[in-house]
Amino acid sequence: MNELLREYLPVLIFIIVAAGLSGIMVIASLVLARQKPDSEKLSPYECGFEAFDDARRQFDVRFYLVSILFIIFDLEVAFLFPWAVSLSNIGMFGFWSMMIFLGVLTIGFIYEWKKGALEWE
Amino acid sequence: MVDFWSSYAWPTVIILIQILAIVLPLLLAVAYLTYAERKVMAAMQMRRGPNVVGWWGLLQPIADGLKLMFKETIIPSGASRIPFLVAPMITFTLSLIAWAAIPFGEGIVIADLNVGILYLFAISSLGVYGVVVAGWASNSKYPFLGALRSAAQMVSYEVSIGFVLVTVLLCVGSLNLSDVVRAQQSIWFVVPLLPMAVIFFISALAETNRPPFDLPEAESELVAGYFSEYSAMTFALFFLGEYANIWLMSAMTSLLFLGGWLPIFGWEPFADGSVGQIIWHGLWFAAKIGFVAFCFLWVRATFPRYRYDQLMRLGWKVFLPVSLAAVVVTSGVLVFFDLLPNK
Repeated sequence: MNELLREYLPVLIFIIVAAGLSGIMVIASLVLARQKPDSEKLSPYECGFEAFDDARRQFDVRFYLVSILFIIFDLEVAFLFPWAVSLSNIGMFGFWSMMIFLGVLTIGFIYEWKKGALEWE
Repeated sequence: MVDFWSSYAWPTVIILIQILAIVLPLLLAVAYLTYAERKVMAAMQMRRGPNVVGWWGLLQPIADGLKLMFKETIIPSGASRIPFLVAPMITFTLSLIAWAAIPFGEGIVIADLNVGILYLFAISSLGVYGVVVAGWASNSKYPFLGALRSAAQMVSYEVSIGFVLVTVLLCVGSLNLSDVVRAQQSIWFVVPLLPMAVIFFISALAETNRPPFDLPEAESELVAGYFSEYSAMTFALFFLGEYANIWLMSAMTSLLFLGGWLPIFGWEPFADGSVGQIIWHGLWFAAKIGFVAFCFLWVRATFPRYRYDQLMRLGWKVFLPVSLAAVVVTSGVLVFFDLLPNK
């Protein structure tokens, strides 16, 4: 087996085993337990009331905002990983380039903060 | 044909045995973590906890599991059936497969990935999919709101976990988890990086939706959050996944900050490479994981729940700036005092 396969084959097999295990557990329960559905049992839970309307509707725009901010900072982390590992090989130039990059991002972060994108009330 | 057997089939069988040797004890540990939680919280609140099924209630988790197995699986009429059933499987699968990269001792690991930390980070980021899919597929209001909250909370704390990982990486110079432990031979990272260890632990609480950050399933507001509509085994998979994630986060804390399998003060009574040493190291690792997991339970019994705005403020306005500054300071100190690894 080549190197790459030796490293990642166990992960692949692990994924198959774990997915198979969870599938078996759900299906076994579906088969073993007595299923007796009726319309009251299957109605969406709403504290005993009939459901008023569909649950899939508009929600607060802040949740979008959080996910957009997350993408920016998560990308930043993704850039930091290889930089952190190879910092001893890239010297002062590498160090200062990343500091400038982080500085630019920090300015953006301060702007978000001042604009109130991080406020929840 | 012989070549196929010796080079593919046989290694696959060995890998399968190794995987089972991890998954089965893990599932047992997950079951008994629920028991430990109930017993620990009972002790902290001067109660007895489960004590009816088996000696000292020791068979309680088994009985709970069997009961969930034989309950009816309810799929709400408005739900999207396939995603509804797949969501708990996603959560459970992800909480198991992360263990592929966890080293239990020198060379005792299923997949000694070069990018071990990145793998764990990626798997824990994917965890949010199970929650979002569950909330959406249920087509019910409480799960929907719970999933939104949970997703926003998990991604918020993901960012500071990422920065904390980078500070550790700076001190290690490698993404391999065994290298992370070896780099702590002289001193555990919890000493030089104490603030980072604290931020990591608190973010881990938020990441696993544990109290005091259990907003997604705040019973008084959202019933049970994103798994309100789940029952029987589909519910059990969410539940098991959550507790498996507690073990995983405890293991990550131990590996990154508490020296993994290394004994305290370099206390090595056994010869290098002997079986005794492997067991000794395994016991140390287990003890550290157990301690961190106990802290998870301890926090739950001690602190009241956060409000959602406090939670988001802590994540974005405290942890994010602090951990970002820590990356700059750590890298600055390492570069200017010439302390970088791999020189």
